[in-house]
Amino acid sequence: MYAQALDQTDTRPAQGDDPARLAAFQARIDAEQKIEPNHWMPEAYRRTLIRQIAQHAHSEIIGMQPEGNWITRAPSLRRKVALLAKVQDECGHGLYLYAAAETLGVSRAALVDQLLAGTAKYSSIFNYPTLSWADIGAIGWLVDGAAIMNQIPLCRCSYGPYARAMIRVCKEESFHQRQGYEIICSLAGGTPEQRAMAQDALNRWWWPCLMMFGPPDTESQHSDQSTRWKIKRFSNDELRQTFIDATVPQAHRLGLTLPDPDLHLDQATGHWRYGAIDWAEFRAVLRGEGPCNRDRLARRNAAHAEGEWVREAASAYAAKQNQRKAA
Amino acid sequence: MAEATPDYPLWEVFLRSRNGLAHKHAGSLHAPDATLALAAARDLFTRRGEAISIWVVPSHAIIASDPDDQAMLFEPAESKIYRHPSFYTVPDDVGHM
Amino acid sequence: MSAICEVPGGNIAVAETPMLRWVLAYADDALILGHRLSEWCSRAPSMEEDMALANLGLDLLGQARFLYSHAATLENAAQPALERSEDDYAYRRDAPQFRNALLVEQPNGDFAATMVRHMLYASFADLYWRASLAVSDPAIAAFAARSEKEIAYHERHAADWVIRLGDGTAESRRRAQSALDGLLAFADELFETEADQLPLMAAGAIIDPARLRDAYRHRIEQICARATLSLAWPRWHQSGGRQGRHGEHLGHLLAELQFLPRAYPGASW
Ligand SMILES: [Fe+2]
Ligand SMILES: [Fe+2]
Repeated sequence: MYAQALDQTDTRPAQGDDPARLAAFQARIDAEQKIEPNHWMPEAYRRTLIRQIAQHAHSEIIGMQPEGNWITRAPSLRRKVALLAKVQDECGHGLYLYAAAETLGVSRAALVDQLLAGTAKYSSIFNYPTLSWADIGAIGWLVDGAAIMNQIPLCRCSYGPYARAMIRVCKEESFHQRQGYEIICSLAGGTPEQRAMAQDALNRWWWPCLMMFGPPDTESQHSDQSTRWKIKRFSNDELRQTFIDATVPQAHRLGLTLPDPDLHLDQATGHWRYGAIDWAEFRAVLRGEGPCNRDRLARRNAAHAEGEWVREAASAYAAKQNQRKAA
Repeated sequence: MAEATPDYPLWEVFLRSRNGLAHKHAGSLHAPDATLALAAARDLFTRRGEAISIWVVPSHAIIASDPDDQAMLFEPAESKIYRHPSFYTVPDDVGHM
Repeated sequence: MSAICEVPGGNIAVAETPMLRWVLAYADDALILGHRLSEWCSRAPSMEEDMALANLGLDLLGQARFLYSHAATLENAAQPALERSEDDYAYRRDAPQFRNALLVEQPNGDFAATMVRHMLYASFADLYWRASLAVSDPAIAAFAARSEKEIAYHERHAADWVIRLGDGTAESRRRAQSALDGLLAFADELFETEADQLPLMAAGAIIDPARLRDAYRHRIEQICARATLSLAWPRWHQSGGRQGRHGEHLGHLLAELQFLPRAYPGASW
C-alpha cells in the first residue's frame, strides 16, 4: 500500500553537484524522460527516493500484520483465501519496492535494519488495531482505496524502477479494494450486529485514513522539490479531497454514516467538505505512540530473529554446494 | 551505523509470458542459491499466470553499458538511415516490397 | 433425519457414507494444513519464504474448497433440504467430526518442523493424487489432476528446504533432525485403509493408500539421505485422526477458525 506523503524530501545541500549536470538532469525530467539506475542523478534526488521507496516498502511489510490478524479467523473459506492472497500481495509489493530502492545503491539489509531498529518510518495507518472482521473490510475499502489514489500517480514517477514497480503493484491492487468493499457490503446488508460492526469499523478507520495522505499542504515545505523532480504529481490535500469525494457516496450507498459532523457537500464545487483532522494524533502515531507501534515492530523483529538460523543454514548449504562444484 | 545483517545474494528475474515471446526482465530478488531463486521468482512474479518460463541470473553477472558512453555507442547508428527500408524508393506500381 | 436437530451455527450432522467419509478425510487434511500454513503469514524466516508459504497454503485451501463442495453435492443429492455448502463442513463440525490425519494438525513449531511436516504430507499426497488420476469417479479424477500438479511442487519445495536445513549448519541440522524424529510417527496413519471404503477401492472409485506406502518410504529415505538426516521408521505409529480421535491441538485450531460463524449463528459474511 502506501507512500504516505511524509514530506521527507532531502534538501541537504548537494555537494559537488555540477550546475551544468543539474540543469541537464532537470531538463530530462521536464521532458518526461525516465531516470534509470546507472544514470547520473543529484545526491538529494537519490536520497529522497531511497527514503520514500523504503518507507513505502516498510509500509507494505508492516501492513501485512493488521490484516494477517484475521486470516485464521476469516468467516468463510472464500473470505479466507481472498484475504491470504491479498496479504501475500502486500508482501510481494514490499519485495518489489525494496528491489527498486536497491537500484539506488542501498542494500535491502540496511533498510530492513532501519525498520527493525525503529529508526525508519512507515505509514501511520498500520499502527491501529483490527478489532473485528469488519476492520478487514474497512482496510481493503478505505486503506487500499487511499493507497491506490497515492500510487496511481507514482506509476509515472521520474525514476524508472520505482515507476515500474508501481505499475506492477497497481495491477495487483485492483482486487484489494473491491475485496474490502464486498466485505463491508455483506456486513451492511447483514444482521443488525453485522451492520453495527461495519459502522464501528468505519468510525474508527475514517480519520486515520484521511491522515494517510500526510500533513496539509500549508505545512508541506518540501513538496515543491519532489514535484519538480516529478516524484510527486499531486499535493496531499488534492489527493485527500479526491479520496473523500470518491468514498463518501460509497458509504452512503450502504446506509453508513461518516464520523464527521462537519462533512457536507459543497454544491458550488461538488466537493465534500470535511472537518478538522487531529494532526496531533497523526504526529503521535508517527513518533511511535500509536496503539500498535510496539506490537508491529516486535512482530517484525521476532520474525527476523527467529528466521536467522534458517537464513544461515541456507547460506551455509549454498556455500558447501559451491565448494563441492569447485572441487 | 553498524554493518547491516547480511542478506542472500541478489538475482535478476526474466519471464517468458507465453510461447513465441522472448524473456523479459521482471525485477530482482534475494535468494541463497539458484534453486531457491527460481522458486522465489515463481512465487513473487507468476502468481497470476504471468509466465511459462523463468530465467534467474546472479545480478553481478550482468554487464551493463555505461550511460556516459551512450552518445559514443548509440548515436552513430542514428545517421545510418540507409539501413532502413524507407531510405529507398521503389516505383509505386511495384506494390509492397 | 439428523437434519431436524441442526440449529443455525450449531454442528451439522453429516450422514456419513463411505464415500463421504473419504471426501471429508482429504478435504480436512487440506483445510487443516492450509490453515496451519496461513498461520505463518508475516512470520516467515525471509520475506521470499512468506510468499512461498502463502502459496502452499492457498493451494491447500483451494483443494479443501473443491472437496467440501463435492461433499455438499453428495449430501444434497441424497437430501436436498440440507442445502449444504463448503463452509458447513469447515465451520460447523467439532473436532470429533473432523477426519484429517493427525500429522496435519501438528503445530507449526519452527521452520524445520513445518517443512518436515510438509515433506511428510506432500510426498504422500503427490503419490496419492497421481495414483488417483485414473479412478472411475470423474469428480475425484478431476480433483486429482488439479491437485497433483500443485502438490508435486509442494513436495519439491519442502524437500529443497529439508535438504538445506539438514545439510546446512549444526543448528539447522539439530532442528531438522528433531522435527523428523518427532513427526515420523504420524506418517503411517496416512496409509491406513478404512475398512468400509474397501468396496469403493475394489470398484476403482478411489485408491487404497496402503499400496503406496513402500514408494513413499523410498522417497522419504532419499530426501533424508540427501539431507544427511538419520531416519528410523518407528515400529508403531500415531493413529485416530481418520476416526475423529484427535490430539489436543485441533480443538484450539478450530476454536480460532470457526469463531465468527459460531459467535454469530446464521449470519452470512
Ligand atoms: Fe493492497
Ligand atoms: Fe500494496
